[in-house]
Amino acid sequence: MGEVGLEAYLFVGAVLFVCGVVCMATKRNGIGVLMGVELVLNGANVNFVAFSRYTPLGLDGQATALFVVVLAAAEAAVALAIALNYYNNHLTIDVDRGNELQG
Amino acid sequence: MTEQLLFWVFAILTCGGAVAVVATQNVVRMAFWLVVSLGSVAALFFLLHADFLGAAQLLIYVGGTVVLLVFGVMLTASGHTIKVQASPAEVMLGSGVGLVLLFVLLFGINSVDWADVSARIPAAGDSPAVVDETQDRHLREQLASATTPEEKAAAEEAIQAVHARRQAGRTVRQLGLSFYGLRPDRDLNQPAGQSLAAGYLLPFEIISIHLLVVLIGAAYLARAKRRATSGPGVDL
Repeated sequence: MGEVGLEAYLFVGAVLFVCGVVCMATKRNGIGVLMGVELVLNGANVNFVAFSRYTPLGLDGQATALFVVVLAAAEAAVALAIALNYYNNHLTIDVDRGNELQG
Repeated sequence: MTEQLLFWVFAILTCGGAVAVVATQNVVRMAFWLVVSLGSVAALFFLLHADFLGAAQLLIYVGGTVVLLVFGVMLTASGHTIKVQASPAEVMLGSGVGLVLLFVLLFGINSVDWADVSARIPAAGDSPAVVDETQDRHLREQLASATTPEEKAAAEEAIQAVHARRQAGRTVRQLGLSFYGLRPDRDLNQPAGQSLAAGYLLPFEIISIHLLVVLIGAAYLARAKRRATSGPGVDL
């Protein structure tokens, strides 16, 4: 067990990011896709905070991470409203059925 | 030692929770694993000396966003929709692409010399460095054994410097000031004539307006449309 450094946190962030991307790509449930987005944003946040601790960037990384958290909350609210509308119109949350939206 | 142990526990919980979110097909269980993963990320923030951010992560993400997602699941789940599965070929393709992406990222992180990169960044006034406990004790012994006033003053100054560095783990006041556009963490103890560091007043105002717009927009999008035209003569 070596000393915990910057790389270890970056690895955790990379794993979170990849899990989120795979979740967004493979889930057919709209809410599942939203959860993938949350995972991606959290992976980025882990990177921001790790850089703010282990490099002379100081507080900038944490401030950016706070903005990301707030933006993620706002995005979840709007996306959920859209998902509810989608469910009201299609009576399903399967994103593959959304191909009528074109145009 | 404790910090390493905690890091490994929470890193494994974070990654395991994220993988479980991908692997699980039931949406409610996905939400549970998301709580595990995001809560462990908050613990990692605490380990990284970001106390306010960890608390905000727990309050906003685990307490707010995930609850919102669970409500979304409850409002949209009806029998067959709770398990909408992708075909095995899509799952294989997705996980293959994901593995390739993971290896690219890990290879990239490994091949960069991060110490060299951080050495090239201009240092802030007080970078949140690791506090050395033995140094603190040593300085206190120096202060106790100081005889002349000059020695005493020098020792007190050194102790104050160590305490300033210890503030590294307490970020609430600094973050709040940076949202007012003040950066004491960068501007204090700098040579005179240097321009002040940038604060976050404008992004803070923008994100406040953004949140207001989002709240109104979400309420507008999620309103009950069927009831809107039901009243006699009311055309909305």
